[in-house]
Amino acid sequence: MNAFWIATIGTSVIAFLLKYIGHNVPERFFAHPKVQSVNTLIPIALLSALVAVQTFTEKSKLMIDHRLAGLVVAIIALFLKAPFPIVVISAAFTSAAIYNWF
Amino acid sequence: MSRIESTTFRDSLSVSFTVGAYGTAFGAAAVANGFSVVQAALLSLLTFSGASQFAVVGVLGAGGSAFSGIVTASLLGVRNGVYGVIMAPRLKVRGFKRVVAAQITIDESTAVALGQESRSESAMRQGFWLTGFGVFFFWNLFTLAGALGAQAMGDIRVWGLDSAVPAAFLGLVWPRLKSNRDKFLAISCVCFALAMTPILPAGLPIIATAFIAIAVGVRA
Repeated sequence: MNAFWIATIGTSVIAFLLKYIGHNVPERFFAHPKVQSVNTLIPIALLSALVAVQTFTEKSKLMIDHRLAGLVVAIIALFLKAPFPIVVISAAFTSAAIYNWF
Repeated sequence: MSRIESTTFRDSLSVSFTVGAYGTAFGAAAVANGFSVVQAALLSLLTFSGASQFAVVGVLGAGGSAFSGIVTASLLGVRNGVYGVIMAPRLKVRGFKRVVAAQITIDESTAVALGQESRSESAMRQGFWLTGFGVFFFWNLFTLAGALGAQAMGDIRVWGLDSAVPAAFLGLVWPRLKSNRDKFLAISCVCFALAMTPILPAGLPIIATAFIAIAVGVRA
């Protein structure tokens, strides 16, 4: 079994367990404000790190290339309150244009 | 189940379709990062949580190990567990129904359900089930379309798919950046992940940022 299969199955099993355990834990368990605060902050941290790594790295090396143009356009789209699909498509279109022309 | 309220039905369906359509981006991203069409489809059926799914394909695509991918995806999945804690006393279901409820406990089903709560208790439950099943249906359908489409494309850079993935992450994090603390955390994590990339094995710089989040959350 290769890494992609292990990741697919492992992620799926844990994802379900987390959901199911949640349904079986008493509500007061999560009442503490610090627990709730950490719960909203973790996705922010991980997703921000993923944006950075997916845009500026290639096999453990830092790199600036056509993907930066895509990201800049995505940021502009988000500032203009564009819906999610427009953000993704405009980033892909820009990045493809730069990659194909230079 | 009592009669379905038309407002609840409309809210659920519109959320289901729009969110489900993002599945196209996920299917394409999975294939672009080296996953097969079957693996992409299984992730949507079984993991069924957008951010976790994007994370695992993103980490493996960046050269990270299966372990790093699973840990990152699971840290993002903790959120769904918390939604489960909130939803369980409201849904009051047991046995197999609880298993099904757990699988469709995600951002959208929880948000729509809580949004209907002021209307009535039955509207709240209907909102949860309709949105959960609706997103599940469209998300899986569009994942398959995106994965098959990407498979037919060949070099993903020509189509800009390598930028679609970070743009999708950005689109997921953007609405969460409400306070200055959130924005400060986001920028810190960007800098930290990039600084650590040449030093740590791929995937670990991403996981490590969860500890920055914990530190910020506990201190505040």
